[in-house]
Amino acid sequence: MKINIPTPLRAFTDKQATVEVNGATVQAGLDALVAAHPELKNHLFTPDGKLRSFVNVYLNDDDVRYLPAAEASAVSADDELTIIPSIAGGTGRPGVGASRVLCCR
Amino acid sequence: MKLHITQADYDALRAHGEETYPHECCGVLLGHAKDDGNHVSAIVRAGNTRTDSAHNRYNISPMELIKIQREGRKQGLDIVGFYHSHPDHPAMWSSTDFAEAHWFGCCYVITSVDKGKANLTNAFHLSGTTEDDKAFQQEEILITKAVGENA
Ligand SMILES: [Zn+2]
Repeated sequence: MKINIPTPLRAFTDKQATVEVNGATVQAGLDALVAAHPELKNHLFTPDGKLRSFVNVYLNDDDVRYLPAAEASAVSADDELTIIPSIAGGTGRPGVGASRVLCCR
Repeated sequence: MKLHITQADYDALRAHGEETYPHECCGVLLGHAKDDGNHVSAIVRAGNTRTDSAHNRYNISPMELIKIQREGRKQGLDIVGFYHSHPDHPAMWSSTDFAEAHWFGCCYVITSVDKGKANLTNAFHLSGTTEDDKAFQQEEILITKAVGENA
């Protein structure tokens, strides 16, 4: 699968915008990514191994957090994962109250 | 490090804040990260146009960001920053702006819009690489006549 890397994390992927990895699930893909680029680990995951709250992972056009199998979702070779840090907060998600966050005051 | 942006894009992001006043506007800066700073080649308006939101909130959904990133990459452009407006509030980052900033190396542009008129526009570079060492550093905005030009 192809994993799209956002600009701030390319410092840890030798400036590559996309990284090709093998894996049968989203989790396997992320594990392979971190194995290839170990510095990413601390930026993507909390010490107990959960995705950081401001890091969104999309499988094609779906937020992985909201897929029925979440990180265990099956991935085929031509699927795309996109890692995208949130901008102005992570509340733009369905079912979690307001879709906008307090910005300035 | 300076933010390089054309007069047309600079004017457009300020005009966006006037249009959405008294609500906040927000958008994405596409371009290239270079040794002398981020160079903006295009700006993309973002955020929905719903008016039920408070005047002091903004947010770009991850899916919208992914689409903007995809479109940008087709043109060889990367996300190098973001902009938003502060209606009747100074063009300085807020504690929430800082807490919610995770795009290291990118530039956050803030325009104060006072009584509907764009006033100051400031650029802040998010330095550092982790939540622990990140910092906003104000940087000069260099207005260029054309994309890629240096003066
Ligand atoms: Zn703000």
